[in-house]
Order: sequence, then C-alpha cells, then structure tokens
Amino acid sequence: MKETAELVHIYLRSSKKFPHIWCAGCGIGIFMNALLRVIDRIGYSKDDVVLVSGIGCSGRLPVYVDFNTLHTTHGRALTFATGIKLAKPHLKVITVMGDGDAIAIGGNHLIHAARRNVEIASFVINNYVYGMTGGQYSPTTPHGVKTTSSPYGNPEHDFDICRVVEAAGAAFVARSTVYHTRLLDRLISKALKKKGFALVEVVSQCPTYSSRWLDLDSPVEMMKWQKENSITMEKARRISKEELTGKIVIGVLADREVQTYHERYQQVSEKLKV
Amino acid sequence: MRKLTQEQVLLQGNEACVKGALMAGCRFFAGYPITPATEVMEIMAQELPKAGGVFIQMEDEIASLGAVIGASLAGAKSMTATSGPGFSLMQEHIGFACMAEVPCVIVDVMRAGPSTGLPTQPSQADVMQARWGTHGDHPIIALAPASVYEFLELTIQAFNLSERYRTPVIILVDEVIAHLREGVILPALGDIEIEERPQPKVPPEWYLPYGDPGSGVPPMPPFGEGYRYHVTGLYHDVRGYPTTRIDEVEPLIRRLFSKISKDFERLQWFDSFHTDDATITVISYGCVARAAFQAVKEAREQGLKVGFIKLKILWPFMRRTITKILANSQKVLVPEMNIGQISREVKRVNKGECEVATLNKVDGTPITPPEILKMLEEMQP
Repeated sequence: MKETAELVHIYLRSSKKFPHIWCAGCGIGIFMNALLRVIDRIGYSKDDVVLVSGIGCSGRLPVYVDFNTLHTTHGRALTFATGIKLAKPHLKVITVMGDGDAIAIGGNHLIHAARRNVEIASFVINNYVYGMTGGQYSPTTPHGVKTTSSPYGNPEHDFDICRVVEAAGAAFVARSTVYHTRLLDRLISKALKKKGFALVEVVSQCPTYSSRWLDLDSPVEMMKWQKENSITMEKARRISKEELTGKIVIGVLADREVQTYHERYQQVSEKLKV
Repeated sequence: MRKLTQEQVLLQGNEACVKGALMAGCRFFAGYPITPATEVMEIMAQELPKAGGVFIQMEDEIASLGAVIGASLAGAKSMTATSGPGFSLMQEHIGFACMAEVPCVIVDVMRAGPSTGLPTQPSQADVMQARWGTHGDHPIIALAPASVYEFLELTIQAFNLSERYRTPVIILVDEVIAHLREGVILPALGDIEIEERPQPKVPPEWYLPYGDPGSGVPPMPPFGEGYRYHVTGLYHDVRGYPTTRIDEVEPLIRRLFSKISKDFERLQWFDSFHTDDATITVISYGCVARAAFQAVKEAREQGLKVGFIKLKILWPFMRRTITKILANSQKVLVPEMNIGQISREVKRVNKGECEVATLNKVDGTPITPPEILKMLEEMQP
C-alpha cells in the first residue's frame, strides 16, 4: 500500500487553494483518505473516475481531488450521476452525499436511484446533523435531542438510511463508521466494484455540532463513541430489538445481483439497430 | 383542408421537435410525463435507442434536468421537455446550467397557469418565468416557434445556440403548436448547419475550464477524456475552483452575460410583413402570430396600413428590431395569451413616441383573427 504522502501527491489537486474547508477532527477527511486509498488499490485511471457531490460539508470533497469532478445542487448528485453514467457507461461514477443532502432533500432521488439500478457507487457520510448551516436536525438526528432547530428536543423520528435503500432495491448496501477504517476500505472497495447501484453509509462525527447533543467534547471521544456503539451485522442478527436500540449496525446489509439499467438498455438498443 | 404535397410529411408539433432534436445530434433525453409535452418524451423513448442514444424517464423534473446536465458534461447533446408545473421544478437546474455553462435544451410547452392551472389549454404565460425563473442574475436564450416546421427548425437552432454559447436554451412553445398537425418538408441533413461546443486546443495541463479564450465561451471537453476539471454551481475561478474573491466573482458573471450580449446583432430572428409603410404594427409570437398574420392580411385587403412582425427569439429581447418598429409605426399592438409579458418589454424599450396597445386573452382559448382585426380597426387614427 502506498504511503499517505504518496497518495496526496497523486490524487490531491496541487493547483487547488488549500487548506480545505472542513473543521479540525471532521470525519469527511477520513472518508476521503479511504476513498483515495481504495481507488489507488483498485487501479482506476484518474481520467475514468467521475466524482459527483451535492451540497453541504461533504459536497466540497470533489474539488480537492484530481478526477472529473462535479459539485451539483442540494440533494441532486444522483440525478447528475445518472446522466453521466448513461451517456458514458465506461466511466466509474461515484457520488458523495451528506445525510441531509441524500435523504431529506434528495430522498426521492435516492430511492429511485436504488430502484432503477444505474451503476453508481454512492457514499452517504452521516454525521446526524446539518453541519454547514449551523447544526440543525437532519432525518438521522435521534428523537428528542436538542439542535439549533429543535431547541426543545427533536420532535421527529430518525430514519435508517441503509434499510430504506435496501427496501428500494439497491444491489449493494453496507454501513461502516470512520472509526472502522479497515472495514470502511473493504466496503468502499466492494461498492466500487459492484455492478449496479451500491450505497455505503459512512457514520461520521461532526465535532462542531453533533458533539453537543452527544455530550462528547472532542473528535477522539466521538470516534470512541462510534467504536463502543457499533455492532456487526452478524452479532446484530443474534440479539433482540431492544438490545439493538442506539447501536450502529456495521457490515454488509445487502449484496445481490440485479440487472442494471444500462445492461438492459444496451440489449434493447442492439436489437433495435438490427 | 389543404392536401399534403408529395414532399410533405404530416407531423405533430411535438413530433417535429423530436425530429429536429435528432437532426441536431441530440443523443440523450430525460423527462417526466406531463401534458401537453409528453409526446416529446414518448417519441424520444422510441427513437433514441435506435439512434444509439439514451432515453430515461426520471422521478421528477428536477431529476430530469439534473440527468440532462450530467449527460451533457459527459459529451452528449441533451434535452428535456415539460410544461408549466415541471418547468417550475426545473428552475433550480436551469440556474446550475447557466452558472456551470453546460449546454442543454429545455422545451416548455406552455399551458395555462399558475399552479396546475388549466390542463391542458394553451397559454403564453411562462415568458417571464423563462427569463427570470431561476434565482440570481443570469442571461437566458428562449425561442418561440409558431408552426410545426418552425418547431423543428428552432429545436435545431436551440441546440446550436446552446452549444455555441455553452448555455441552456429554452423553447417556449404553446400547446396549440405542440399539438398542431401540419404538412412539413423535412430539411435534408446536408442542408442543416450543426454546431458543436468548442473543444480545447491545448493539452490538459494548460487547459482552463472557465478561462476566456476571447470569445467569452471556454472550450468544453467531455468528462473522461483526459481533461480532469471541476464543475460547480458556486462562483468559481478560471480553473473551476470555488472563489469569493471580488476580482474573480464579478468577471465571471460579466462574462456569462457578455458571451451572449456581444452577439445580439446575430440574435434578431423574426419574420415581418408590410412593416415599412405601416402606421400600426402587430408584434406577436407563437400561435398568436398565426392569428395576427391572418388579421393583418385581412386588414390590408380593407386598405388599412398595418404591419406584422413575428418574434422567433423572445430572450434576449430583440431590442434593435423592436425599436425600429416602434420608430416607424404610430401604434403597435401586442396580442398575447397572458396578462401582458412581452408587451412589458415592448413598453420598456419604447422611447415614448409610439402608442403600445395590448390584447390579452387568458381564458384558455387562442386569440382569433377577428379579435385582432377588430382591435386594429378600433386603433385606426
């Protein structure tokens, strides 16, 4: 495996004005590092990789890396990615979204991308909060906690990204945290290689905002929290629903073979041309 | 009823639009069903796979234009078609396409609004939405066909303008023209000029995705061919990277405008009839132009000195052409199927020497020749 310093030289844009916009201790950088590590290991040509993002802290990721990069509108990364993949199927199309981005404003696009099964490897960095706008509750923020838009406690119930996407028919669904870096690498690799729509939920920390309601005062504490609250898929299957409350279930939730939109389209197109 | 000549084929407006798009090289369509635009999508679904292109039905109109922009970035000439409610949803991505300079064509078959409105009676009430619908300052190009043939022709031109200026182009057509069937002589492919987006002549390491090569339109290589660059809806520097620097922000927005405004002279597309000696001129577009033309012909037969002009481009507004009309006529009449949208523009550019009258019909039925003729008779000095 290449050293991080070497990866930095290969994949980060030297012409870009650093430093990046993320707060110290943010988990997005850990994910970015993992993504580049895995892309390098698989050996994709940089010319063939398209990285698409939405809006929010995660939306800023593509600008730093030396691929074909596209920073779209809030919640809509998957729609742009769909157009790119169908117009140029040989490209490796990857989307990076945040929790509010992917499942609040972009929820409709997410379930239909999963159902339609265009080959896109998508990553949702879930830090349970709208970070860039100042710490409002998102669809993954736990019920009852105080945020800047729920000063009396979150009145809503949170929603399980992976189970939604699994139910919508995605070919590959998995979850890791940024603490579990080896698992994260493995899942990113599987998602990138998957023929079909793949989604990995990446549980991450927002040391600026979600730390407040977790009552954890440092990124290190937050990552320890990820470690202590995570449970593998295998273990989760053996324990009761009550015991699972508040746990982060990590591992592969679904991995199945589904014909992609493009394969089907190609078949029809070939027949029509003859 | 007129018979078709041998060379003519009978086409519906929406069908002609697809023919024009395919001739122009359109190879990607994403859309969502909505009357009265759905035929464009249905025919695209049939034809694109045969032409080696891609069709996809998306989950809504926001997604449709998102996919269209994505496909265009990957190098495919791309379009979508919708009507009022869907056009409202698309405004977000029209702004993105303006800012990121991604060529694409959007057909809006106008039906009466606001909201769900009158499905699906004709209207011309989306003219100002096409101009100002997306937030922020931005230039826009909008074309308005008045016949089935023109719908075909202007669809080709919409792609050409879109590629030439790297900007979204809107086709504002009304339900009458979209659903009208007329005999059309299809242009021979060799007779049509097809434009492609400018390509870089420098190697990737020298390429500036948002630099001004002099024309105001930066070259645009497709994703995946060695030119790895960044595209964003944020204000960006010449390399495409986000910026808030005042010396980078203003030049960008100024360039977005000037790349089109420098060519205003080239963008005066109209048909006119007896405008030279007219004391009253009718300014019209879309299906209303057909009624206006008939009314003007009848008025001439009565010996009235009236003229007619049909606008094929609504945005940018053809100030040069219209000010000439205003200078030569004593009065102009702007009949429209809205409360007064293009007439506002005519009044805006009028220096006061001409009287601007309007005829506005908003009951969901087209304006007829007798209605315009009656108005012309009343306006006689």
